[in-house]
This record gives sequence, C-alpha cells and structure tokens, in this order.
Amino acid sequence: MTTTAVKKEGPAAVTPAPTVGTHLNNYWRRVRGGDIGALPAVFMLLALCVGFSIARPSFFTAGNFANLFTQGAAVTLIAMGLVFVLLLGEIDLSAGFASGVCAAILANVVTVLGYPWYVAVLAAIVTGVVIGTVLGLLVAKVGIPSFVVTLAGFLAFQGVVLMLMKSGANISVRDDTLVAIANRNLSPALGWALAAVAVAGYAAVQLLRHRNRAARGLLTDPIAVIAARIVGLGVVLGVPVFILNQERSRLALISSVKGVPIVVPIIALLLVLWTFVLHRTSYGRHVYAVGGNAEAARRAGINVDRIRISVFVICSTMAAIGGIVAASRANSVDPNTGGSNVLLYAVGAAVIGGTSLFGGKGRVLDAVLGGAVVAVIDNGMGLMGYSSGVKYVVTGVVLLAAATIDALSRRRAAATGTR
Amino acid sequence: MSATPLLELRGIDKSFGPVQVLRDVAFTAHAGEVTALVGDNGAGKSTLVKCISGIYPTDAGEFLFDGRPVSINSPRDAAALGIEVVYQDLALCDNLDIVQNMFLGREKRSGIVLDEPTMEQMAAETLAGLSVRTVKSLRQHVASLSGGQRQTVAIAKAVLWNSKLVILDEPTAALGVAQTAQVLELVRRLADNGLAVVLISHNMNDVFAVSDRIAALYLGQMVAQVKTTDITHSQVVELITAGRSGNLGLAAEPAANGNGAAPADTTPGAVR
Repeated sequence: MTTTAVKKEGPAAVTPAPTVGTHLNNYWRRVRGGDIGALPAVFMLLALCVGFSIARPSFFTAGNFANLFTQGAAVTLIAMGLVFVLLLGEIDLSAGFASGVCAAILANVVTVLGYPWYVAVLAAIVTGVVIGTVLGLLVAKVGIPSFVVTLAGFLAFQGVVLMLMKSGANISVRDDTLVAIANRNLSPALGWALAAVAVAGYAAVQLLRHRNRAARGLLTDPIAVIAARIVGLGVVLGVPVFILNQERSRLALISSVKGVPIVVPIIALLLVLWTFVLHRTSYGRHVYAVGGNAEAARRAGINVDRIRISVFVICSTMAAIGGIVAASRANSVDPNTGGSNVLLYAVGAAVIGGTSLFGGKGRVLDAVLGGAVVAVIDNGMGLMGYSSGVKYVVTGVVLLAAATIDALSRRRAAATGTR
Repeated sequence: MSATPLLELRGIDKSFGPVQVLRDVAFTAHAGEVTALVGDNGAGKSTLVKCISGIYPTDAGEFLFDGRPVSINSPRDAAALGIEVVYQDLALCDNLDIVQNMFLGREKRSGIVLDEPTMEQMAAETLAGLSVRTVKSLRQHVASLSGGQRQTVAIAKAVLWNSKLVILDEPTAALGVAQTAQVLELVRRLADNGLAVVLISHNMNDVFAVSDRIAALYLGQMVAQVKTTDITHSQVVELITAGRSGNLGLAAEPAANGNGAAPADTTPGAVR
C-alpha cells in the first residue's frame, strides 16, 4: 500500500461527502435509533410555553420571561454540576444542601464577619471544593456507593446549615454586588454586545474547524448546515435579548427595569466553559470513558479514581455557585436554602434535558434546557394558581417521564446499536 | 525469517505463592511471523502474556528484545518497547466513537485542546494500512459495531502506536464464521506488515490457518516451539493434552513409569 493510496482508501473517504439532505437523513436515523438527545426537552419546553401562554396571558410577558431566568438559575447551575456526576453513573443527593452550606458560609462571611463580597464568594466556592473532595474520596477511595455517601451528606449538611444559621434565624445579604447577581440587569446595549460576541465566537469556531478539516481531506458538515447552526444560535440568543430589553417596569418613568439579568451571562459563561472541558479536553474525554466502561478506561491508563473524585468536586463547586445565586435572589440565607425541592429539581433538570442516569451520556446543555423546563413548570403552575402540592406532583411526573424516555431510548439504542 | 527474534524469553519462572505457574519457559516471537501460543486451560498462557506485558513481575529469567536484554516491570515499560496486548473482552467504551476509542488515554492535543483532525486522520490511515474497509464512519459509536468490527478496532488501536509486537488473546472466541475469517485475515496482515504477532487461541483451525510457528504450553512448561509446517493437527493436540507427541515435547523416560496422566493430576510439573 503506497502512501498516496492510503488516504483514498481510508474509511473516511469511502462514504461520499454528505449533502444537506444526507445530513438531515443521518440525523433522523440517529433519532429513530434512540439517540434523541435533548429533543424531548425542547418539545416539552415549547409545548409548556404555548400551553401556559394560552391559559394565562400574563405568562407571556417580558416581566415574567425575566422571572423565569432568575427563578431557574440556581437549580440550573446545580444541575450543570450534577451532569458530571451523572456521566459516571453516580449520583449526588447532597448537592442541594451543599449549596445551602456554601450560601450560609457566604452570608456569614459577608454579613456577620463583614468581609468584602469577593472574599465571601471565594469562601463559598472553597467550601464547595472541600465538600466535593470529601465526597469524592469516600466514593472513589473508600468505595462506598455514592448514593449512600451523598445521602449521608444530604442529612448532615442540612444540620450544618442549621448550625451556621444559629438555629433558625436567617441572615440577610445586603452587599450590592451580591444582590446584583440575580436582581440587576445588564444595560440593553451590553446585552446585545454579549449576544453578538457569542454568535461571532461560535461562527469563528465552526468555520475554522470546517476549514481545518477540509484542508486535511476529512469529512466536513455541509457549509449550509453550519450556516444554519450559526443563524439558529443568533435567533436563540437574539429573541430573548430583544424581549428582555423591553421595559418591564409598570412605572417606567420612576424606575426603569430592562435588560438581560446578570445571572444569564454567568450561566452562559459556565455553560461554554464546561462544554469546552467535556468535549474539547482529554479530561472530558476521560469522564465519558469512565462513564462508558471504567475497566477499559483503567486499561487505557486513565486514573479512574482521580476522575471520580474530580466530578464530585465539580458538582459541589457548581452547587456553591448555585447557592450564591440563590442567596442573591432571596437577599438572604435561611435554613431552607438549597433544601426542599432544590435537589430534586436539579436532578430532574439534568435528566429531563437528556442526561442518562446510567452514565456515559449527557451534556451540560442538557442541564440548561432541563432547568428551563423545570422553571417553566414551576412558574406557569404558580400563575395558574395551583397549590404547591400540585406543582410537586406535576414536577415528579415530568421527572418520571424523562427517566422513562431515557430508559426506553436506551433500550432502543441497545437494539439498534446507536448509543 | 530474521535471525534474531524480536522477543526472546529465557528461563522464565513465575509462582503465585506455592503454585508455580511457569517454570523455565523459553519463548520467541519473530518479526513478520504469527506465533500461536496454545495450551489447555491453566497451562499458563495468560500468565505468560501478563509477564510479557508487564502486568506480573517474573521471579526469574531474562527478556531479550531485539537482541538487547530489557526489563519489563510495568505495562508502561512494555508499551514503551512497542508491545501491545488486545484483550479478550476488548476493553472498548461503547459510548465513544472509533477514533475516541483508538486514542483513549493517549489523546493527541494541541495545547489543552484535543486535536481531533489529527487523530481522525491517523486512525483513518491506520485502518487503511490494515486494509479495513468494513467500517462505515470513523465517527460512529463502538456500540453500533459488530463483534468482528470491534475486534478490528481493538487491533487497530494496538497497531496505532508503532507497536512491534502485538499479542492477541483469543481474538476469535466470540465471533461467527465470517467475522472470524475477517479477523484472521487481519492478523495475517499484521505479520505481513512486519510486526511480530502472538496469537493465543484454542481453535486449531485458526492456529493452522494463520500461524508460522506454534508454541505449546503444558502445565507451565514450554513443551515445544516448532514451525507450523513441521507439525500436524493431532500432534499439537497431543502436545496440549499430554505434553508430548512422538519425539516432540517432554522427554519420555522420566514420565514413562506407566502412569502417563497421573503426574498431571497429583503433582503438576513432576514430569520433568
């Protein structure tokens, strides 16, 4: 075999370059084969939004739209961390109260001890890292099932929050910067600028990759598909920015409320960061490998224990960030911060978005989509005037539905071999 | 073939506690040849392979690689010499695609970013070099591959790293007829490309189909290592089951005390 012939005979060159048609065809085949990804979440989101908008016109207002983001932010951030743990087929039941502990540390440092906000944020995040390290060591090195370790954490952290709160009193968070995270908005111009930067960056990455692959004679996605993706992102970012830049205040002359909530670019930034880590670094590749087949990963020379510990660290750190956002939104921390439904909403968000409970499959974007679904249910049901009892039941049913879809699509994928 | 064998083992001993699994084993593998390693269950095939690949330390004996004495103390040492093992259970991640599996643990990077185009290109070239045309796309998940294709990926993964010696542990054990033929063809091609191949197999048809030499282990001893053309099917079976066949294998006199099978049952290795 001559070197010139090698490229021609490579398996990559056997299949003809895909056109838009074959691209869509392949995608459809993957979906039918059980690789449905985030489709259920997207459809659920659209259906819920349309349904609530018809039932309660107040759902479909700029003000409520902004509410959705700030209401769902903490759960979404915790869910983003949970995706890493779920990718290994593990679970972190303590993430909710871990966020509570970190929020309590934040409030104590900034309000009780009077340090500046960045010291408090750092303290909260370090707390998250420590919690994650301890959980990870117990799971990976001692070998206790993560379900048990984090269930113990769930109970213990609840107590830690109570102790940090001096038994029940809540601590208010008055620091301007901290309060701004979930309660202030970007100026409309800055919102547009960030959206433009995001789209331009995405376009640059996509086009560079296309050129690089084409130059090496590798298969590339058709340029029309890439253009469609870029335009799609532009629409997905542009429409919300436009809506959020509308005046939301009833008394616009006295106090104007418009712009993208500050928490939105924070979530977007973390989404980009963790997506990059999972899909573009060897660390992320190893996370998927351990989730798919830990023994194969071990034989490939991957330090499985280290990966296992690291995902718990990431999860608890993201929980800390979620706790900071929750504290900011409530302007205070109380013993129930990160409690009640926060954890289940977060797990629900990750699973609804398409992250598998069986490990090896999932994306950080899933957490954001699923978080949006959870936020819409919570918000819409509230507007409809249902009691929180009904809300819990509906969210539980949605979570169960998502897990069912996961299990069924997995079975289908096993049958057709496309997982 | 070449005068110096690529890998030569002399006097390898290995015990697990009181059980001596390998005794004074000599073994050679030549570049460009397929050496079949045969033996009954418990004869020490897997242990020998694990000694070669650095998973088990040996108690005594020497390794010569390319004529130079070397010491292999860890799988990393073996990999550095160019020794790769393809395990029976394949060790592939179902949720990763072919390229990702082939480079698992040894990803190519530029900075901290994975260098996907280079990896895809190298994978394509490796598969093309093995004349593999059965896989549709390098970006399909391994879960969607047939058993033979998975074996192909596992073998290609071993070949990717400029390896010189590839050890295949029962590569056809779980495959159908057509897929077995495919994999054997690939094994033959590896040797034709100049690699030394060690094939562990229970299947005599496979052994005679592709191997140049046959090494037979019997209760931890290397009883014969001969050219495939110099030996018959039934002789190999006798070597595997009894440790000798005619003038091949263990010397007849010490064991010729009338109870041919008894030493094997009571005191393994007492034959010598």
